[in-house]
Amino acid sequence: MSSRNTHSLEGNSRHPGLNLGPAHAQEEDTREEMVFGFWVFMMSDLIIFGLLFATYVTMLGGTAGGPGPKELFEMKSAFIETMLLLTSSFTFGMASLALKYREDKTRLVFWLVVTLLLGVAFLFFELKDFHTMFDKGGVPSRSGYLSAFFSLVPLHGLHVTGACIWLLALLGQMTVHGLDAPVKTGILRLAILWHFLDIVWIGIFSLVYLGGLS
Amino acid sequence: MRDAMSSIFGRLGWDALPFWSMLHDHSAMTIINGIIATGAASMVVIGALAAIVLVTWLGKWKYLWSEWFTSPDHKKIGIMFIVIALVMLARAIIEAVFMRAQQAVGLDGGFLTAEHFGQLFTTHGTIMVFFMAMPFLTGIINYVMPLQIGARDLSFPVLNQVSLGLTAAGAALVMISLVLAPFSIGGWTGYPPFTELSYNPGAGVDYWIWAVTLSTLSSTLTGINFAVTIFKKRAPGMKLFRMPLFTWTALCTAILMIFGMPPLTVATGLLALDRYLDFHMFTTDLGGNMMNYVNLFWAFGHPEVYILILPPFGIFSEVFATFSGKRIYGYKLLVIATMCIAVLSFTVWLHHFFTMGQSAHINAAFGIATMLIGIPTGVKVYDWMLTMYRGRIRLSVPMVYAIGFIMLFVLGGMTGIILATPSVDYQVHNSLFLVAHFHNMLIPGLLFGMLSATNFWFPKAFGFRLEERWGYRAAFCWIIGFMLAFFPLYVLGLMGMPRRSVAYFEPQYLPWMITAGIGALVILCALLCLLIQLWVSIRDRHANNVFAGDPWDGRTLEWAVSAPPPEYNFPVLPEIYSIDAFMTEKDRGQGWQAPDRYEDIDMPANSALGVVVAVTGLAMAFGLVWYMWWLVIGAGLLTLVAVIARGFVRQTTRTISASEVQRTHEHWLEQVRRTTPIKRSHEQSTANHGLPVPPIEGAVQ
Repeated sequence: MSSRNTHSLEGNSRHPGLNLGPAHAQEEDTREEMVFGFWVFMMSDLIIFGLLFATYVTMLGGTAGGPGPKELFEMKSAFIETMLLLTSSFTFGMASLALKYREDKTRLVFWLVVTLLLGVAFLFFELKDFHTMFDKGGVPSRSGYLSAFFSLVPLHGLHVTGACIWLLALLGQMTVHGLDAPVKTGILRLAILWHFLDIVWIGIFSLVYLGGLS
Repeated sequence: MRDAMSSIFGRLGWDALPFWSMLHDHSAMTIINGIIATGAASMVVIGALAAIVLVTWLGKWKYLWSEWFTSPDHKKIGIMFIVIALVMLARAIIEAVFMRAQQAVGLDGGFLTAEHFGQLFTTHGTIMVFFMAMPFLTGIINYVMPLQIGARDLSFPVLNQVSLGLTAAGAALVMISLVLAPFSIGGWTGYPPFTELSYNPGAGVDYWIWAVTLSTLSSTLTGINFAVTIFKKRAPGMKLFRMPLFTWTALCTAILMIFGMPPLTVATGLLALDRYLDFHMFTTDLGGNMMNYVNLFWAFGHPEVYILILPPFGIFSEVFATFSGKRIYGYKLLVIATMCIAVLSFTVWLHHFFTMGQSAHINAAFGIATMLIGIPTGVKVYDWMLTMYRGRIRLSVPMVYAIGFIMLFVLGGMTGIILATPSVDYQVHNSLFLVAHFHNMLIPGLLFGMLSATNFWFPKAFGFRLEERWGYRAAFCWIIGFMLAFFPLYVLGLMGMPRRSVAYFEPQYLPWMITAGIGALVILCALLCLLIQLWVSIRDRHANNVFAGDPWDGRTLEWAVSAPPPEYNFPVLPEIYSIDAFMTEKDRGQGWQAPDRYEDIDMPANSALGVVVAVTGLAMAFGLVWYMWWLVIGAGLLTLVAVIARGFVRQTTRTISASEVQRTHEHWLEQVRRTTPIKRSHEQSTANHGLPVPPIEGAVQ
């Protein structure tokens, strides 16, 4: 930290996922700040999810005579969603490896598109889930418990939607500008978000679905 | 026709105009309140029109657009934050005067309706916290912190613009609520179930929710920006323990913003879901639980208190050291105390609702945690006093605020310890004692800090000193006005008067209330003095110019550059060898040097994103308040498009050539050589052009 000059000597090894080409001290510093800033943002976002999880737990008893988890959730579709999202994290990992070790971008684009499709498929199943819940009378206005559910789980879905839009925007940037440094750090930050959402989903799956159906 | 109108205007109708009810109901009370509300609304409209006409008349739109609104320069963004804060401060003080006037004549009645009074205390609190204090301290940190750590800008200049845009949008929304009324009457805390749709169906609470949400998002982003800047952009050699104390407090504040703002986002977000989509998070029926809101709100609210008070602690540390001509006493201890306060601030939120049903054990634990905060704060107070001890104290304007702070703040801290005892709190909670306590922390703490900082750093920002005579008058008016206005409230609280009372029926209250009313008028005088001070200073700007940049014999890096500093702050990034970096340079006779070599400097390029976010954010919030769904969707899509489009921009920097840097720097050095150095005794005279005489063998003149 103390000296800026030593940074360029370390080259691009400071970010395992980054491959910015010839080391350029100032460029590297800006990129490092962007990635670090994004980590900090993730910490802030994690507080939001943490608080919503906590609120959800306190509201478990607030079903007000309405349907509860056992009537509303289906393990099968929750499991499919989990698998889709976990696989998408894996494919994003493949994309990150392609970003680091491959000069050409075909492989990178391939894995990113696969990730995007998995993300969209996840959203499709999630919406289908909500639809089934609505059919069974599980609407947020029914009870405090359902309100807590619908403030937590769809927020994750919204994050995934945002991440998908971001991925599309990055693919667009790649078409216009090629695989330049901003696109690379963009992918690096999106990867952080994507894996983060995976972890949040594991929380949702364990606490909301497994916990609710146990 | 009616359908078409309502799809365009939502639920906005003629009855939102502040004089509407006056036209239908001719009772004296309605007419008086209608006139006051209409007066306030016309102030907003006239003020906005006057600003537009003035800028057009001067032909300055292009200048404002390219030099200010789209500028990513942290210094300009900081100043714009402070301008917002000062405008909002003026409004909230006037509101406070109305409240004091109401209560001074409020025995058995008064002249304001309960509804109007409710709006006054809600907007007063909301504005003072979210649109005065937050922008003020954000502005000061924005301006000073990068200069203190030897950086050229914040880490994310465009994000900084977005933060400013969001705050501006929130402030504008609160201003609009004067014209298209009403605002919430739920207090600045907005507790449900009172703020739920079933009890408060109007637009008021929605104004409050979206204004606060905009401000919260702004502060979260600001916090991230500040923290990353301090961690990553320090000049070579500036280790963490060489950072000036103000930067340390900025860092702790930034961390508190990152972790303390999300609970409020969650609280207002969930309340909005309740109101808009018929959720039952905090309702009284169907399994809702309003205590969740209270916990979420104060999980934000208590860290917020320290977000507000830590920067003033940093400011006063700089002021005490500079105007005592000494290095700060107990630097490390002060840093540790700051961090202790930051950590402890997350562990005490429950003391805001001791009386809301927890067990005595839980109350006791939180009471003890609360009292613990007194320890690091006490350490700070002693360090400041020991800094002054055997110093050559100059009673400059910032120092008057600082001494006023130290005495009054300790007093407020004492009443805080009283309130931290749950059994006592049961007696005085929700009374004026509490109102007196937190004003006793926020006015001498936060506000004096901000005003001290303004007097201290104004010459740096604008190149001329603030006039001292009116500065002293303002400072003493603030101190005396504060004491007159709030000490009686302690007594009234102990006598049992509840807060937020529009009227009372107890004659014993009256003398105290009248005293407090007089205090409010003295504070109004203080505001006038500040305005006169600004006007007089601008008038005398040539006589008081301090272009050389160091009017107070400063200790930290921001004084090492010209006043105002060039856009890139430092022609070459400085090397740091100790705390009080600039004082060390001066001690060694190494100040005001020309570097061996100049290089091109890359600075962030202008961007309109901040302005776009301000406009779309305001439009979205306004649409949500009045149910104009087309506006919400349109503005939302526009925001998304703007953010995505920004990602495609590659020309994000512009280069300032080495020769231009050299020219600017050498012009400044030439001016410094021509400036006559002054002794500290001439600090407040027109001889002070920003160059101190060199220290003689380390002693302060």
